[in-house]
Amino acid sequence: MSGQRIWAMAMRYWYLLRRSVPRILDLFYGPAVNIVLWGFVSMSLAGHGSGVAKVGAALLAGMLLWDVMFRAQLGVSVGFLEEVWSRNLGHMFVSPLHAWEWLLSLMAVSLLRTVAGLAPAVLIAWFMYGFSLFDLGLPLAGFLANLMIMGWWVAMVIVAAIMRWGQGAENLAWAAVFVISPISAIYYPVAVLPHWLQPIALSLPAAHVFEGMRGVIADHVFRTADLTDAFGLNLIYLALSSLVFLWAFQDARARGAMLQLGE
Amino acid sequence: MGGNGAGKTTTIAMLLGLLVPTAGAITVLGADMVRHRHRALKDMNFASPYIDLPHRLTVTENLTVYAGLYSVRHPKARIAELAEALDFTEFLQRNYGSLSAGQKTRIALAKALINRPRLLLLDEPTASLDPDSADRIRQYLQDYARESGATMLIASHNMLEVERLCGDILMMRRGRIVDRGTPAGLIAKYGRLTLEEVFLDIARAEPIAPDERWMPDEHGGPA
Repeated sequence: MSGQRIWAMAMRYWYLLRRSVPRILDLFYGPAVNIVLWGFVSMSLAGHGSGVAKVGAALLAGMLLWDVMFRAQLGVSVGFLEEVWSRNLGHMFVSPLHAWEWLLSLMAVSLLRTVAGLAPAVLIAWFMYGFSLFDLGLPLAGFLANLMIMGWWVAMVIVAAIMRWGQGAENLAWAAVFVISPISAIYYPVAVLPHWLQPIALSLPAAHVFEGMRGVIADHVFRTADLTDAFGLNLIYLALSSLVFLWAFQDARARGAMLQLGE
Repeated sequence: MGGNGAGKTTTIAMLLGLLVPTAGAITVLGADMVRHRHRALKDMNFASPYIDLPHRLTVTENLTVYAGLYSVRHPKARIAELAEALDFTEFLQRNYGSLSAGQKTRIALAKALINRPRLLLLDEPTASLDPDSADRIRQYLQDYARESGATMLIASHNMLEVERLCGDILMMRRGRIVDRGTPAGLIAKYGRLTLEEVFLDIARAEPIAPDERWMPDEHGGPA
């Protein structure tokens, strides 16, 4: 593994971002608009009593944490799409760059994009609604780490799908997380779901993270099992998605798709 | 050399490990390009007008990224050296996407030379260049190959370029090598006056019988 190559690819995305106003705005406006919207929803619920106020806090925390997963996923998959759109894959992969070095650079950039994109939303929530995400305390670090990892492995599956089926599959980069959001227990507990859907929801790390988050907000209890279950599931999915990604990469090489993607 | 669809670009893609051959083996600089291509890639490079560089990055940014990918020491000095040699110093700070086709060709060549490759694969290296620029580039490539001892594999339809740069020509047709020789040797063999006439003879020939295909002997030379 070469740190220099990972750094070079990270710089490639930085160069792209730093002079592109639309890309910079794209980092901020989504989370900012969402937090304003959900903030008012929370305020309306808070007017109905303290119990409902906790629901409002859970909604805001849920929205912010879900955006971490979404941004982490988007950071990797859109980074890949930037290479497809610029028809640069052919040059990249005749250089000594390994696929996983590139993936690490995309993950590093997605981490920075997520932090940069969410910071204004966190500040808006604090100034406008008096809600601090940091009230979740130390477990917040575990929740964030799990959601970042989940975003990355979802992105790896999306990238693999685009490599396999071509640019026609690029909408998955934006749509995939919405498909899993109803069973991720972001705004309601897993128990609300039909019985047959609950095991499916609990097979996702996000459901454990959001159950854990609600435990901290509503009951002031941090259940370690929520976090360890999420980590365990993430490790399994990360390993599986890495295999899927590497298979798709080798398959794209075998078909010569590296030269054709983006055409 | 070969007509459209003869397999030149496919051959280059296989040599680079971008395309896995359905049969046989490819060894470049001692490395099996199907299984261990990274052992050779640091000493190879490639330019093609058909593969782009990121349009929204400046020329300097693009070359800096590739200098990093090839672990080039003193990248700024190397980029300045190439900009001087290939005459693009004036647009180092311009976005790659804003350049003309000929200017892009020069940047693609600079990217291909950034790591001082021992094996340089070039697909139409002077496409879109005016005669003056094309002549300068050919001279630079000749000098580079002579001074560094590098091998160049060039796919081209430009007969002048092939005669000037190539000591060994592989003639391809429908995915097969149908003949091989020096420019003068092929012209003499076909009883023609120019390489273009040889090219036309081969391109318009009847379908190739299996026993007419050019085959290497055990040393890789003509059988």
